[in-house]
Order: sequence, then C-alpha cells, then structure tokens
Amino acid sequence: MSRLLPLFAFVLLAALLGFGIWWNSAHDPTAVPSPLINKPAPSFALPMLDQPTKTVSKDTLLGKPYLVNVFASWCFACGEEHPVLMAESRSLGVPLIGYDYKDDANDAKAWLAQHGNPYDMVITDVSGHTAIDFGVYGAPETFLIDGKGVVRYKRIGPLTPEVIAQQLKPAIEALQKDAP
Amino acid sequence: MHPEMVKLLRTAVLLMLVAFAGIAAAQAIDPLPFRDHAEELRFQHLTSELRCLVCQDENLADSNADFARDLRHKVFELMQQGKSDAEIKQYLVDRYSEFVLYDPPVNHRTWLLWFGPLLILLAGGAVVAYTIRKRSLAGTLAASAPTDNGDDW
Repeated sequence: MSRLLPLFAFVLLAALLGFGIWWNSAHDPTAVPSPLINKPAPSFALPMLDQPTKTVSKDTLLGKPYLVNVFASWCFACGEEHPVLMAESRSLGVPLIGYDYKDDANDAKAWLAQHGNPYDMVITDVSGHTAIDFGVYGAPETFLIDGKGVVRYKRIGPLTPEVIAQQLKPAIEALQKDAP
Repeated sequence: MHPEMVKLLRTAVLLMLVAFAGIAAAQAIDPLPFRDHAEELRFQHLTSELRCLVCQDENLADSNADFARDLRHKVFELMQQGKSDAEIKQYLVDRYSEFVLYDPPVNHRTWLLWFGPLLILLAGGAVVAYTIRKRSLAGTLAASAPTDNGDDW
C-alpha cells in the first residue's frame, strides 16, 4: 500500500494540473464577471454622435429592452466584431445602441461611414466617466438591459455568431417571455 | 581614443540617461494636485492595492494604460469628496467585482485560496508523521527479527 502512495500523490497532482489546463481553456481568464448582472444599470445622460446637443438618458430608454455595444474607432477587436453586428443586428429583435467609448467624434463618424453603421443610435462618452459606472474596462463590451433598466447579460470581448446564438439570443428570448 | 573624446562621449551618455529617466518618471506619475504629502502617500498606497483590469498583472499605481489613468483619476476624485479607503474600494468593487482588489477578501468563496496552502501543509505533515512512525516501528521490528528482505523504502 505504502508503495502506491507516491503514485497516488503523482496522479493527484496530475489531475490538479489537468483541471487547471481545462479550466483555463474553458474560461477566458481575463474576463471579469460583471457585478452589475441583475442590478439596475447605472443612470447616464450622454450626447448622441450625430446630434451632440441632444442627450440620451437611461430614463429615455426605459420601457423596452435594448442592447448597448461599447465600441471605439481605435479598438482593434471592435473591427473584428463589426461585420458580425452588421450581419446580425437586425435579427436580434431589440434596438442596438452604439456606445462610442473615449473616441473622437470625427474618427467615430468616419469609422462608421467606412465599415457601415449597425446601430439604431450612437451615444458618445468622450471622457469615459460613465463607462466606469458601467464597469467597462475594454471595448468591445455588450450589455443587455431590460425594459425596467436592469442589466441582464454582459459580454466582454467581441460578439461572435456563436456567442450571439448560444448566449445573447437565449437571453433576449428570456426577456421577451418575461414581459408579456 | 583621445581622452577629450572619451569625456565628451561620457557626458553625452549621461545626459541621455538623465533625459530618459525624466520621461519614464513623467509617464508613471500623474500631475495630480495633492493637498499635501500625506494625501499623496495615501493615494499611492490605495492605487497599489487595486488591479488594473486591462493589464491584469499590474496595479493601478504602476500601470501606464489609459484605462488605469482614468481609474486613478476616479480614485483621486473620490478622495477629494472625502470618501474613506474602504468606501473607494467598495465603489470599484460594485462596478468591477472583487477582482479589482489585489488582496482577495476572506469570504466563503476565497477560503480555499487563503487556507488551501495550510491544508496542503497539514496533509504533508500527516504523511511525514505516518511515514516516520511506520519506519521507527519497522526499525524496532527489524532489530528483533534480522530477516530484512530489503524491500522497505
């Protein structure tokens, strides 16, 4: 029995190592779970990209669920995500609001003109102050907010067709079932 | 090489080093209007305990990321509003989860992290104690019965 002890210890360590490898490949170690899920979204009032004198606030958007997609013209991963949004935004069934994060308005307009505009509305946060309230730490990020203004889902990193089909669409459907 | 040349070169190298050091220092330190040195020390201490989420192995104090600068300014702003260190940390935890704290708090989800090493030490100690006891027992047996087959390790 005691002869098997080292083997047993080795198998245990190997299992621990294997678990670590599996865990790290199954989870994005840099994704920080948002503490905002199922909590009211922070209140905000941000100017629109094409009409900087008009502001959009959380109250204006209450009543129907919507998506907030944090992007910026300087953000490389947003460029990867953009074609996916162009292809899928109409099929989501909820308005898609672009959240232009720490960006120059002209750069953002040029970027949208060049790559296409999948958004129903674009709001701008030049200073990034409101983004801190949302717990944003890197674009792209996407929030699903329900009609009562509660955050129901958050994606950190680009939306992909797989993420949309497996996570985002079920989350939207669950919302539409909740609200008659 | 001519001694004058060497002197000149040495001066040039020194000047360059000073210039680079100046640039590096200017990048790492924000020109924040601290009231006094104590407030600056408090700020340095607080930001060194908070994680930069973009570059996750760096703290807020050391990070040059644009995002880290924004959060440093937020911390400074909250300090100006008279918030305590605990309140400032809670403010960030509410938005960025406990991951933003470099020292994970002791709670039901982190007890394995905090006390796991102690458990492993105890388990190791138990194995060592068991082995020693068995060996000393085998030793006394071997002394009484000299038929040791040499199989014991």
